[in-house]
Amino acid sequence: MKNLGLISVAALLASGAAAWADELSVVCSAEQDWCDLMVSAFEAENPDTDVLMVRKSTGETLAQIRAEAGNPKIDVWWGGTGDPHLIAAEEGLTQPSGVDTSELLGWAQNMAEISEGRAIGIYAGALGIAYNTEILAEKGIAAPECWADLEDPRFMGEIQVANPNSSGTAYTELATFVQLFGEDEAMLKLAAIGLNVNSYTKSGSAPSKAAARGETGVSIGFMHDMVKLAAQGFPLAIVAPCEGTGYEVGAVSIIEGARNFEGAQAWVEFALSADTQSRAPEVGAFQVPSNSNAQVAPESPDLASIKLIDYDFATYGSSDTRGRLLARWDEEVGDPNPEQ
Amino acid sequence: MPCSQAGHHPTQADRLMKKTVLIWLALGLAGFVLLPWHMTDDGLLDPSWITDGVAATGLFGTFAGQWWLAPAGLALLVALIFQFTIPEPVKRARLTLGTAIAGLFFMAMQGLIIVRAGPRVFENLLTGDVIMAGQAGMGAGAGICAIALLFAATISLSQSGKGQGDAFVISTIGLIIALVGIFVFFPVIHILVRAFEVEGGYSLTEFFPRFFSADIWGLGCLIGPRSCGVAINSLFLGVMTGIGTTILGLTFALIFTRTNFRAKKFLRILTVLPIITPPFVIGLALILLFGRAGTVTEFFADMLGWEKTRWVYGFWGVYFAQLLSFTPIAFLVLIGVVQGVSPSMEEASQTLDADRWQTFRFVSLPLMRPGLANAFLLGFIESIADFGNPLVLGSGYEVLSTEIFFAIVGSVADPAKAAILAIALLSLTMTAFIAQRMWLGKKSYATITGKADSGQNAALNPVLRGFCYAIALPWAALTLIVYSMIVFGSFVKLWGYNHSFTFDHYIRAFGIDFQNWRLTGVAWDSYFTTLTISSIAAPLTAIVGLATAYLLVRQKFVGKDAFEFSTMLSFAIPGTVIGVSYIMAFNFPPIELTGTSIILIIVFVFRNMPVGVRGGIAAMSQLDKSLDEASITLGANSFTTVRRVILPLMGPAILAALTYSFVRAITSVSAVIFLVSAKHNMATAFIVGRVENGEFGLAIAYSAVLIVTMLAAMLLMQLLVGTRRLRRTDRVQQAAKPA
Repeated sequence: MKNLGLISVAALLASGAAAWADELSVVCSAEQDWCDLMVSAFEAENPDTDVLMVRKSTGETLAQIRAEAGNPKIDVWWGGTGDPHLIAAEEGLTQPSGVDTSELLGWAQNMAEISEGRAIGIYAGALGIAYNTEILAEKGIAAPECWADLEDPRFMGEIQVANPNSSGTAYTELATFVQLFGEDEAMLKLAAIGLNVNSYTKSGSAPSKAAARGETGVSIGFMHDMVKLAAQGFPLAIVAPCEGTGYEVGAVSIIEGARNFEGAQAWVEFALSADTQSRAPEVGAFQVPSNSNAQVAPESPDLASIKLIDYDFATYGSSDTRGRLLARWDEEVGDPNPEQ
Repeated sequence: MPCSQAGHHPTQADRLMKKTVLIWLALGLAGFVLLPWHMTDDGLLDPSWITDGVAATGLFGTFAGQWWLAPAGLALLVALIFQFTIPEPVKRARLTLGTAIAGLFFMAMQGLIIVRAGPRVFENLLTGDVIMAGQAGMGAGAGICAIALLFAATISLSQSGKGQGDAFVISTIGLIIALVGIFVFFPVIHILVRAFEVEGGYSLTEFFPRFFSADIWGLGCLIGPRSCGVAINSLFLGVMTGIGTTILGLTFALIFTRTNFRAKKFLRILTVLPIITPPFVIGLALILLFGRAGTVTEFFADMLGWEKTRWVYGFWGVYFAQLLSFTPIAFLVLIGVVQGVSPSMEEASQTLDADRWQTFRFVSLPLMRPGLANAFLLGFIESIADFGNPLVLGSGYEVLSTEIFFAIVGSVADPAKAAILAIALLSLTMTAFIAQRMWLGKKSYATITGKADSGQNAALNPVLRGFCYAIALPWAALTLIVYSMIVFGSFVKLWGYNHSFTFDHYIRAFGIDFQNWRLTGVAWDSYFTTLTISSIAAPLTAIVGLATAYLLVRQKFVGKDAFEFSTMLSFAIPGTVIGVSYIMAFNFPPIELTGTSIILIIVFVFRNMPVGVRGGIAAMSQLDKSLDEASITLGANSFTTVRRVILPLMGPAILAALTYSFVRAITSVSAVIFLVSAKHNMATAFIVGRVENGEFGLAIAYSAVLIVTMLAAMLLMQLLVGTRRLRRTDRVQQAAKPA
């Protein structure tokens, strides 16, 4: 309620973007609840800091910090898949935080190394397959166990996956296939799966939501999203593909030219701490935490039991590889007129 | 005629104008001397700017080393001196005009060149430490100076013998051109130039092959199995939606004005509902009804053994959702127009022995042409700029608006591609605009004249009435079902799966701790921000839109067509492009607005202005010019004429503009996503985040509250604005006249 008066005064008087030293401007690209939890926990630890948080997807955030380069309004960018964080680091839009990473797991440190300390891993999530148990039972289709199963005609018109041109999730899938099978074989396999795909969605999380609601039989996406849907009560079963699978690493970065660098640094330290990361399952975030001392929720996909590939973020995150793979995908896989 | 008598012989009007110029110049000088030139951190009310030295007044800044601020003050001063020293009006006006324009030019240049992040134009023109240090964005002082110089220029222009309008008209034109220039063209140019960008420069030859590629304009779907280009998809969808919404809107408007349908009030609410529905909600409801696992689909599958298909994903789903979403816009435009068709003409037709069908076909319908054309144009533009419905339901059917969004935020960001697609979208809009102009031609559609006009509107002939009912009533029923689903969805645990009743979603969003009187719900913050910003934006939008409509319909000036198109521009550009271009343009001085609520207000005003313009044009085309002329003949100037004659007759158009801009500010999403900040978060951005997160219950509960809020606000506005009285009885002829 207090905002009401403030806003109208601000609106009429052109107050500009006031930035006091104790204000920290955060863009959060994780789920809203997790963002809210992080803010209230951080403010409890740092009572002098007023955190201004807004939630935006990684793509929107990257577009915004690109447009704001030189006069950023954001201090720190927390959450969201790592590729856009790495692109921002590559383009010099973010700066090294200089925070200690020794407690972190290998993949998180690896990300910090690739980005020269600009982006640090905070969680990981493996790629997987989900299927709607009711639909598959009704149609009498055997559940998939491997990526190769998805090529089988029994899944005709039942698979949904995002378009890698618009979705980071689907690009991770493309890069995973290339790393698992080699580039040519990967394209053949993706094209074969493509015959069963009913639509390439724009958003990476849409296929699993469609599978949860029975709009499609099978989806490809991140397993922690699927766990969350299953926990909500949808008839969704989750499969870790037998050939092995790739994963994403969520990251935190400090924006180059941040007005409150100390505050941003404190945020990064806070975000990497074991205590903070252990609290994620409270809000249904089942990603695997990057701090080796953080507690892993029992529902979280157990990365140890999943055959994970040694995902090469440096190669497959680079613009060259990305451009080449996407061009091949468009040419050989992306059916412009999918069967309805 | 509102032409000037000034300029040739010093008259009373001339003295009045001199006085007006003097007042503006004095105001501008006061702003230069007394108000902080630059933006201040804490707003004007906090007096700390007086002492901190950073945000000094223009005068103080000039002497403290910011010499580049001087031209604005000097121009004001020189112009002021001219008012006292030059007696000959035309010469005085010309000199004032020149001085004011020079002042404005220097102001703009210094603002664009002296920027800390590097000059935005003429990079090597000025150098030196003071220049490099840059300056803050323009503030209150600069704003007042600019407005004073602008009005001094426009009033002088009307006096200088060249301009053929009076001071009020020319000032309004000048102000609107300046506003559209700053808040539409300036930002949009930032992104459109990207279309021509190649490494290390710009190139036209690179642009054409990319623009005319088969990905955009391909016609593959007509001859083979391949998809059509995205622009062709958008065009087809737009035309279909434009036609569909116009027909639906017209049937509703006819039922309202030409029949004795009993449940008009109820129908009215149903026609308004889709317009006040936050994005994604209609798409989600359609999926839950008609998706493969949807309620209706399951029903038909069980009853009739139909196969469950995914038809709702693709063209038909998007088309269906767009018809639901945009029919109300057509209705809002058409209701005013259909009401305005003069009963006398219809009676004259019937007296001449025409039957009711002939009267409708050859008299009423042609007189509705401006309304039909405007409704179609709006439906078409809304459709091709629509983002939410194609995103949720589009599947393989790719359209420009979503392609542009993902060219900017997708996993490969390609601003050049986004700019090229945006140009393709603009070219579609421009074509539609020109086609509409050609169809309307130069005919007059005026039916509201000063003459007594107390006939009865002809009732529809039975076949036509049956046709209207047959189209509108099932449609209304469908709307009702969709909305019942939405209400239902907000009260169940997990929409689609667990239908046990719960208040949880509402408590989470709008919970209140009654013990401490604290608002604990997560949605309160964005809810109040949204309402505040929309309430500020709505009247501003209506004013700008209707003023523009007045100029376009009633005044003649050079470049009118270009002016009209430029006011439509911001509507036609997809929100994503507007959002990103606003960041590019307004994140740096001279106008630094990102992170404030002002940028949200401005984006709403200029994005929604075209609706006010279209509605205003349609309504004003019907007002006979003799009304203005009578007023002018009786000695009123055009300002008085607008206020006393035109405005009172524009009730429905004002209401439509107010309502629509208020509602659009609450429901728009694609532009807003980039502009919201932590302090000023909007409801739609919040809802989209929840939808992405799969929390449909919360998103829909919030949407339901917004819908109720908007309904209440609209009823309130209707009460405040009132209905226009045309001295006609609002009766519809009961029985057929004997032929």
